[in-house]
Amino acid sequence: MGITFRLAWRNLWRHPRRTWLTISAMIFSNAVLVFMMSLQLGTYELMIGNTLQFLTGHMQVQAPGFKDDMKMRQVVNDIDALAETLRDQLKLEDITPRSSGFALLSSDSRSYGAQILGVDPEYERRVSIIPSLVKQGRFLDTREAPEIVIGEVLARNLKADLGDEVTLLGSGRDGSFAAAVATVVGIFHSGITDLDRGIAEVPIGFFDDVFYMQGAGHSVVLITPGFWMIEPYKVRVEELIEDDVVVHDWDALQPGLKQAIQADLSGAMIIYTVLVILVAFSVMNTQLMSVLERTHEFGVVMSLGVKPARLGWLVILETTLMGLGGLCLGAAAGGLITLWFSYNGFSFPGMDQMAAQFNLPQRFFPQVTLLSLCLGPTIVFIGSLLSSGYPALRLFWLRPVEAMRTV
Amino acid sequence: MTAIRCINVCKTYHQGRDEIKALDHVDLAIDEGAFVCVSAPSGGGKTTLLNAIGGLDMPDSGEVWIGDTRIDQLNKGELAELRLRHIGFVFQAYNLIPVLTARENVEFVMEVRGVPSVERQKKSREILQEVGLEDLEGRRPAEMSGGQQQRVAVARAIVTDPSLVLADEPTANLDSKTSEGLMDLFAKLNKDHGTTFVISTHDRRVMAHARRLVKMLDGCIVEDIRQKGT
Repeated sequence: MGITFRLAWRNLWRHPRRTWLTISAMIFSNAVLVFMMSLQLGTYELMIGNTLQFLTGHMQVQAPGFKDDMKMRQVVNDIDALAETLRDQLKLEDITPRSSGFALLSSDSRSYGAQILGVDPEYERRVSIIPSLVKQGRFLDTREAPEIVIGEVLARNLKADLGDEVTLLGSGRDGSFAAAVATVVGIFHSGITDLDRGIAEVPIGFFDDVFYMQGAGHSVVLITPGFWMIEPYKVRVEELIEDDVVVHDWDALQPGLKQAIQADLSGAMIIYTVLVILVAFSVMNTQLMSVLERTHEFGVVMSLGVKPARLGWLVILETTLMGLGGLCLGAAAGGLITLWFSYNGFSFPGMDQMAAQFNLPQRFFPQVTLLSLCLGPTIVFIGSLLSSGYPALRLFWLRPVEAMRTV
Repeated sequence: MTAIRCINVCKTYHQGRDEIKALDHVDLAIDEGAFVCVSAPSGGGKTTLLNAIGGLDMPDSGEVWIGDTRIDQLNKGELAELRLRHIGFVFQAYNLIPVLTARENVEFVMEVRGVPSVERQKKSREILQEVGLEDLEGRRPAEMSGGQQQRVAVARAIVTDPSLVLADEPTANLDSKTSEGLMDLFAKLNKDHGTTFVISTHDRRVMAHARRLVKMLDGCIVEDIRQKGT
């Protein structure tokens, strides 16, 4: 350990109370940042996951324009073959074809409009949680059977129960009249009213017959092994598909979700920035005082031949030591607090509205990740180092004789 | 060979509307290995002269030479390098770094010079032994007497083997016995190492040690005496 390092370390403890106050400010802000970021990033992941796992998936292959204007005729031809090709080439099983149309559903006593999804029972389970949300009856199990699974609210509205028959009336792909009778085999409860009221799922083969799809469908839905894998998989899919179809990732399919996250993140960033600036000023104040009260000493060592750059480095080194202390203790404190909440959960007033909107639980459980643990404290550390630049730069204007006259 | 040359050096300070001539056309040449005292009453210009010789302060006019280098034309970095490599300073108020021990204070300058750790430790121990402080190397300045601190300051000044040591009233804060000991140490170092010493003082006992006595008054050299028997 060099003398300069020892000098920097001992200089910090010339005024232990002042140093501890500054480090405490760092610890506090770092702990807050770790907790808030863990909570925020955990919530975003939950929001994204919960929203995408119903129907959207991580990405979809569609006909151009279908995303914005869901017309029956905007189809992906030979959709089963495309899904099979993608499964084969990507070595990924979580890929399913899907068809989509609108129909009037009629029971014995009532009629309601709903979106009808033609799904492959085998692969739908891999990309959507709706099959697992069937609370009464069962999910679809064959590709051709005239069966239907409806949401809980829709079932209530139709006064339909398991085993009841409902009639589908809609328009086919070619504009022809599409009509069929299907038996209710399952009723799902997602907790999202719009979904429970407006969605019904039928086997894709049955859908193909009723809506005269002729082997076409509307989207191939993919779930990648991880959220961070979406972009590379998207690139691969783009290479594999023909020019007559396009691939959209989740933020194109669910722009509202991304906007909600961005809006929340922007608000949080302002708070984080203020926090970091406050800490940076606290550090600058400490280091400026420290430099000013050592002016005479700096003059002496400069007269011995020490250059201002080396003294500036000493000030930076002192800040680095202080910053590292704040970083480690703050990250540890924040990590422990977050860990406690990750087991016991966290809620705040008004959270239920957001929870309902994004199908989130009533209590949040923040998750400590490397990113949430390191990002905030690292920014505070860098901010502190930058703030010590001014006190360090002042040394370059110091003249030994004048400095030594300072008491 | 000439160690220091001051040619027609002038330096003026301003105090409010008053103009104070700290150095008034000073001409001085000091040989290598000399042991010179510069004496003057307070405000007589001795500290200003030492500062000009040490490159701590720039003269308004004239030339200052250390060996073959004209230092009044050097920039801040070059002056710092010159001080680090060739000049040792001893101050009236010792000016040790309070958070470092005696040995660390001595080592610090060597570290700045880039001397390896092992060599630094060896040399600092030797030099502290030479100034009679081998038992106090682990003490911080606050744990030492004034005389001991000044010896550490001397050790710090000479540890890099400078060709020139500038001491500005080094005995001003010391009692007579300690002053005497310090001057004996300076004389010994001057003799053993051949280091040039320029000491500013108004202490007659200190002046008595010098082989050459330069007297100043109001920024001018008024007497330059070569003393015998010292």
